[in-house]
Amino acid sequence: MIMIRNLFAAAIFAALAAGLLTAAIQHFRVTPLILHAETFEGEGGGHSHGEAAADHVDAAGTADHSHDAVALTAEDEAEEWAPADGFERTAYTTLATVLAAAGFALVIGAVSMFSGIPITFANGFLWGIAGFVAFSLAPAYGLAPELPGMPAADVLPRQIWWVGTALATGAAWLLLAKTRAGWAFAVAAALVVIPHIIGAPGAPDEPSAVPAHLATEFAAITLGTSLVFWLVLGTLFGKLNDVFARNRVAVPAGATA
Amino acid sequence: MNATTNVSTATQSLSISQRMIAGSLALLLGLTLLVGTGFAGDFRLHNGAHDTRHAMGFPCH
Repeated sequence: MIMIRNLFAAAIFAALAAGLLTAAIQHFRVTPLILHAETFEGEGGGHSHGEAAADHVDAAGTADHSHDAVALTAEDEAEEWAPADGFERTAYTTLATVLAAAGFALVIGAVSMFSGIPITFANGFLWGIAGFVAFSLAPAYGLAPELPGMPAADVLPRQIWWVGTALATGAAWLLLAKTRAGWAFAVAAALVVIPHIIGAPGAPDEPSAVPAHLATEFAAITLGTSLVFWLVLGTLFGKLNDVFARNRVAVPAGATA
Repeated sequence: MNATTNVSTATQSLSISQRMIAGSLALLLGLTLLVGTGFAGDFRLHNGAHDTRHAMGFPCH
């Protein structure tokens, strides 16, 4: 019981810190690009903001439906709930980022438990790099970080490819962490490469109203932010595990660490 | 380095079943959080987590 509590406590506290730091970076560097991109949304035949709104626009499809961003935003608000721009939107984004951080932390905590490889201060950054490559870099290699309004394939096939790629890449890391046998390198390489041979669902080749410089900036900044997130999460998770484990060992033994 | 040794000892001293229970609970909760923030189709979850999905590279829209 104590160790379950320790695992969860370490995961949650590390996620809280890493998530809040990431949310701050997102607030200053990422969200402004999203908001900027949304002003172009709907201009170049890009996807509209919500699926319900998209259905409505398609169904109504009449000439009096102007596709400028203002009309689309108003429609969104009328038809489906979305946080209001400003404080409310920032608060929801911060909450969602912290919850996603907790999700990632618990998943790598579970991997640590199942595999018997501890997450420590000494190896935490390696866990962070592994998490970054599995959950950010490898999926982004096929599905580049995408701004609202950019053309993209249907959501479900992309989600399936994303999950499959993250699982395969994560499995490759785990395999190499457990054994450095020759066959393991071959299997790991196959696990990493196969999703990209299968290929991510490609975006339709249609023009986007989102300026290219926004898109490239967004891709670089989100990947960089993800790297910071994962390094902080892994290192902090490991540090907290060390602290909790030391206390756990010290208390029953009556030792003074 | 000392801390590392302690943790390794602590982890190895756990029984397999303890690790499996802790891992299963963590995996269950972790996946629930990731599905809720990154993948769920419900428009409330989608719109609330919209900017996070784009920022973290989850497929969106």
